[in-house]
Amino acid sequence: MNTLKFTNEVWVFIEQRDGNPADVSFELLCKGQKLADAMGGTLKSIVIGSGVDAIAEQTFTYGADEALVIDHPSLKNYETLRYAGILNDLVKKNIPRIVLFGATVIGRDLAPRVASHTKSGLTADCTDLQISDVTYLKQNHSKLLLQIRPAFGGNIIATIITPDVPTQMATVREGVMELQPLEKPKKRKITKIEYKPNPLDELVKIIEQHREENKVNLKAAPIIVAGGYGLATKENFRLVEELAHAIGGEVAGSRAAVDAGFVTPDRQVGQTGVTVRPKLYIAVGISGAIQHRAGMQDSNKIIAINSDPEAPIFDIAHYGIVGDATEVLPAFIEVYKHKLK
Amino acid sequence: MYNSIVLVKQVPDTANISGKVMKDDGTVNRAKLPAIFNHEDKVALELALQVKERYGGKVTAITMGPPRASDILRECLYLGADEAYLISDRKFAGADTLATSYVLCEAIKKIGDYHFIFAGRQAIDGDTAQVGPQTAEKLDIPQITYTEEIIEVSEGKVKARKKIDGGYEIIECKLPVLLTVLKDAVQPRPFSAKRVMAFKGAKSLMDLEKLTEENSLLYIDKLTHEYEGRGLYIKTLTMDDLKLEDDRCGVKGSPTKVYKVESVVLAGGGHKKVEATKESLGELIDQLMSDHIFG
Repeated sequence: MNTLKFTNEVWVFIEQRDGNPADVSFELLCKGQKLADAMGGTLKSIVIGSGVDAIAEQTFTYGADEALVIDHPSLKNYETLRYAGILNDLVKKNIPRIVLFGATVIGRDLAPRVASHTKSGLTADCTDLQISDVTYLKQNHSKLLLQIRPAFGGNIIATIITPDVPTQMATVREGVMELQPLEKPKKRKITKIEYKPNPLDELVKIIEQHREENKVNLKAAPIIVAGGYGLATKENFRLVEELAHAIGGEVAGSRAAVDAGFVTPDRQVGQTGVTVRPKLYIAVGISGAIQHRAGMQDSNKIIAINSDPEAPIFDIAHYGIVGDATEVLPAFIEVYKHKLK
Repeated sequence: MYNSIVLVKQVPDTANISGKVMKDDGTVNRAKLPAIFNHEDKVALELALQVKERYGGKVTAITMGPPRASDILRECLYLGADEAYLISDRKFAGADTLATSYVLCEAIKKIGDYHFIFAGRQAIDGDTAQVGPQTAEKLDIPQITYTEEIIEVSEGKVKARKKIDGGYEIIECKLPVLLTVLKDAVQPRPFSAKRVMAFKGAKSLMDLEKLTEENSLLYIDKLTHEYEGRGLYIKTLTMDDLKLEDDRCGVKGSPTKVYKVESVVLAGGGHKKVEATKESLGELIDQLMSDHIFG
C-alpha cells in the first residue's frame, strides 16, 4: 500500500451568483456524499460570498457534514484572484482528499488556479466519479477517485486517476449528477473562516455585470426535441423547432449543431453541455457520439430519426426511424396535430 | 506599445477521426490523426495582432509540442507573428495540464517582456480549458477567461468583456494579464501571401537537425546561424535551455494518469423500427399517448 498519509475529506465548492446557489453545486454535494461514504470520510461545503449563511444551511440538506464559510462584503461577486487566494490557502492548510467544482464558467476559471497552486491533479468535465482501490504500475492505492470522461472526440472513455498527490480535483457539468436531498438533514456545523483581503486582489475590477435569468431550462423539460449536424442547414433546423412547438417540447442541439450556429449554446445537450433526463427525447439528425449520449442516454424514451441506418444513436434509442428529417418531421407534425383533433 | 505572447497548440483533428485511428487495444494512434492549428488559439493570435495594430508592440507565438508542431508556428508567422518559439523536448511527452503549465510558465519567464498573454479558451483534443489559468497562477498574474472582446487598452490597464454564466461582465485589469479567448471574439485573418513566401522556409532546431541527418555535409551550428541570419529560425527551447526540474515535466510531472481506456462499445440496437410512413408514425404517437408522454 501507498505509505503516504492522506486525509479523507471531500470538499465541494459552492458556487453562488448574486446570492443564488448554483444547482450543480448541490448536485455535487449529493455525489460527494456517496464518495465520502465510500472513503469513510466527511463531506464539507465551501461557501464563499457575502451574506451566504442561508446557502451554507442549505448544503446540509444535500449531505454536507460541515460548511466552511468565508463571508465578506468584498466577496459578493466571484473574482478570480480573491476566490483563488482563499481556496489556495484553505487547500494548502487542510489538504482535502477530493475537491469538486461545477464545470461552469466560474468553476473552470477557479479550479485550474487552485490545482496549479497546490500541484493537485485536475480532470475536467467528468461524467462519472467513483471510489475504488487501484493497482497502477504495480503499486496498490487504496480508495482512489476514478475520474471518468469521454476523450478524443468521443472515441474512447478514459478513466483518470491521481495516485501520487494528496488532493484529487475534478469538474463536473450541471445535471450530470442527480440531485437527491436528504430526508433528514445532517447535524449542522458551520465553521467561519476569516477573510484577509490582499492588496493584489485590487488588480482586477468588475465594471459592469449583465446577467439574464436563464430562460432555457432543458433539465426540467419533460419533452426535448434535439437536432444535429445531419440537418445540414439552419432552415432544416426550423423543422426541429416546429416539432418541439407542436408537441410542447424544448428545442436542443448537439455540439455540432451549436458549432454550426443552428442553435444557441445554452441549448447544447451532452458532455460539454447540459445533461438531461426527460420523459421523451427525440434526436433528429444526431449521429450519437458518446459525448452527446452522455447527456441524454438516461432519457425515459428516446426516438432517433436519422437517414443513416448505421448511426450509433439507434443503439440507445427505443424507437428508430430511418429517413430524411425534412420528410419525417413534417409528417410527424401533421399526424400528431390530426390525432389531437 | 504592448507586447503579447500567444500560446498556441497543434491538436489532432478530433472532428475527423476515422476508424483506422483506433488501435486494436482501443487506444488512439495520434500519429495517424491529421494535426491542425487549434482554432481558438488562432482567434487568440488574431486578438494579439489587433492589439499590436492599435497600440504597437510585438507578437510572439509559442507552442509546446513535438517537432512537427513547428507547422503551426510557421502559420503564426504567415498570419503576422513577429517571432515564434518551439518548446520541445522528448521529456515533455505525456504532460498533463499541470506539467504543461509549468513548462509554459518557465518559457514565458525566459522570453519575458510581455503585457499580454493570449490563449484560446481550450484545445479541442482535451477540452479542459485548464492550461491558461494554470499558467497564470504560476506566473502570479491575473486572468480574464472566456474573453469576448477587448474594449480598450490604456495606462497599463485593459478593459475587456468576458462571458459569465447567463451573461457577461466588463472587467478592468492591470497588466500584465493572461486572457483566454472565445472562438467568436474575432475572425482570424487569412494568411498574407507575402508572408507565406517570406516564412515558408522557417525552421526550428529539430527541423534543421533533420536536415543534417539527411545530409552529412551540413553542420547544425552553422545551419542554425545561417537561418538566424535570414530571419528564418524558429527559436527552440528544450529542458536544458529552460533549466527545468526533471520531475515537474512530462509524465513524471503530471499528477493525473490515464488508468484505463475503453473503446466505446455500442450496446447493439434493441430499438423498435418505425417506418417513415404516416401510418407507422400514427401508431408511434398512439403508443406515446397511451404511455402518457404526449397529450
